[in-house]
Amino acid sequence: MFKKGLILALVLAFVATLLPACAASSNEIAIGTIMPISGPVSAYGTQARDASQMAVDEINAKGGVLGKKLVLYVEDDENSPEKTVNAFNKLVTEKKIVALVGGLTSPCTLSIVGEAQKRKIVLVTPSSTNDTVTDAGDYIFRSCYNDSFQGRVMAKFAGENLSAKTAAIIFDNNNDYSKGLKDSFTAAFTAAGGTVVATESYATGDKDFAAQLTKIAAASPDVLFVPDYYNTVSLIAKQARSAGIEVPMLGADGWDEIANNAGDEVLDCYYSNHYSPDADDAEVKAFVAAFKAKYNVEPNALAALAYDATYMIADALKAAGSTDPEKFKAAMAATDKKFVTGQISFAAGTKHDPVKSAVILKLIAGDAADKPKVTYDATVNP
Amino acid sequence: MDLLLFLQQLLNGISLGSVYALVAIGYTMVYGIVKLINFAHGDILMIGAYCGYYAFTWAQGTASPGLAIAFAFALAMGISALTGVVVEKTCYRPLRNAPRINALITAIGVSIVLENGARVLPFMGPNPRQVRIPEALTGVLQFSGLTISKVQVLTLATSIALMLVLTLFVQYTRTGKAMRAVSHDQQAALLMGISVDRIVSITFAVGAALGGAGGVLFAMNFPMIDPYMGIMPGLKAFVAAVFGGIGSIPGAMLGGLVMGVAETLTKGFISTKLADAVSFGILIVILLVRPAGILGKATREKV
Repeated sequence: MFKKGLILALVLAFVATLLPACAASSNEIAIGTIMPISGPVSAYGTQARDASQMAVDEINAKGGVLGKKLVLYVEDDENSPEKTVNAFNKLVTEKKIVALVGGLTSPCTLSIVGEAQKRKIVLVTPSSTNDTVTDAGDYIFRSCYNDSFQGRVMAKFAGENLSAKTAAIIFDNNNDYSKGLKDSFTAAFTAAGGTVVATESYATGDKDFAAQLTKIAAASPDVLFVPDYYNTVSLIAKQARSAGIEVPMLGADGWDEIANNAGDEVLDCYYSNHYSPDADDAEVKAFVAAFKAKYNVEPNALAALAYDATYMIADALKAAGSTDPEKFKAAMAATDKKFVTGQISFAAGTKHDPVKSAVILKLIAGDAADKPKVTYDATVNP
Repeated sequence: MDLLLFLQQLLNGISLGSVYALVAIGYTMVYGIVKLINFAHGDILMIGAYCGYYAFTWAQGTASPGLAIAFAFALAMGISALTGVVVEKTCYRPLRNAPRINALITAIGVSIVLENGARVLPFMGPNPRQVRIPEALTGVLQFSGLTISKVQVLTLATSIALMLVLTLFVQYTRTGKAMRAVSHDQQAALLMGISVDRIVSITFAVGAALGGAGGVLFAMNFPMIDPYMGIMPGLKAFVAAVFGGIGSIPGAMLGGLVMGVAETLTKGFISTKLADAVSFGILIVILLVRPAGILGKATREKV
């Protein structure tokens, strides 16, 4: 008898601990963000988190959403897909989020899209450009373009602007982002009459690329395409220059932040990105000024995309008039507005990939030695 | 397959292998003396790399590049040796007479503590850092079609020099002789008046110093460092030590070179995806054919 009473008391105590959370949720709407705040791409994760938080603060200052306060719960996944899954489960079960901004890199996002679709959580990835990310279903959105487009842009740029006839590629064979870009670049470059003379791969976390780069140097290409994130790119670039490869290297949006993480070895290299902070555009100017004022640093493309993703969620919640997953999702799909990174809309009946333009940025010598800086080079429309 | 490309890849492999060899020596020396696989040795490499990073950053612009490099090695080897001795005294010595598996598990624990300790320490932290190597070391040299970077030259020169010094030390000094005696028979060495505790400490210090130097070379060749950077090279160096015959110093040198060359040639001529499979495959073959390793002595366990 005593035992039963004890169990009952324990259960009541447990329920009591849950009560405050329920009470709080009546006047707030929880959204989550899962970002690599530490680890190899932390420069992205920290800025994306800060930008989402800035958007949430702005929205709350203007009265919130549906008469409630928007609350952002942040989780760190260290750019590891297993940790993304754990973080997602925690946010959904503990924080009862209705929407998620994240994950950041494609492998991480791919690990949770299936579950998000099943649980009817609207997922907006700011930056996972791999084509298959939005395959999981109609609850999955992104605020960036995809890799088929990005690979095509770089192939076109290499052929037309740099007059390259031959190209070599070195890519991460364990990373969906890198593999997808390799495929789309190869297809577009070959279709335009160019030849890919060497395609070399490595595994995530590898640091020695001497063998692959020696082979690439022997094939003497006009350009070298390196579709990976900034930390690995700077390692490859240093070793490529040591292996005697002097041709321009090309990259994609994973090169964002390269100027702060590499030296002279990346001079005269080009990469495609989602926006340029120098653009002469009202939305961009307002965003860059607000971000600089708040965090004292120039926002990178990931920050702009996460900011847009957060606003997309808030706008759709307002348009739907409720947090009912069906209505919310339908309102998300009807998004059609100019954001910081450009006009975002989703064609009816397709996967939720926005149609947007890309900018090509060039790395030039900066003011200090061994400190390159980024300059706007061209805009490529879809 | 042309000869030049082969020679170039061989050069890349030897340069990588010489770093593995330096780290492998640390494994093999410790095993030779106390029969312990020191799994924390890879993390000593990480500590050495961070020391090198700070030395370069500090010396940037203030000192001559030669001085900066010498300072980096001195600092890395000193701090690594200190870490090695402290770990030995606090973690392994109390377990010296415990079953061997206890010490092994402790070694794995020390490794995890070092990695996560580095993540928490504010001046190391969880995020990768870019190493800016001195200007004088960037760039390449050309020899009749072969390209070798200045860093590779330094890597080869430093590791050969250190291995030479180590061999002389072990063969011709009193302490070296005492080390060999302890490795041969600890009890008998004790009876001959050798302070086993002191010799074990010195062994850990020397092994860790070489690991620290390997860390600086690693950071110069692959200029990005993070707290987990020691795991893979540590594992490969361990395999190299087993391959050459664990307990044998020349064996570790040979094993390191073979691992580096096998890895690079596989990447260069077969497939990148198979690189690790081939190096570890060679190990399996060696263990089947010569269980004591290439230069190891087969010893029979007395019951």
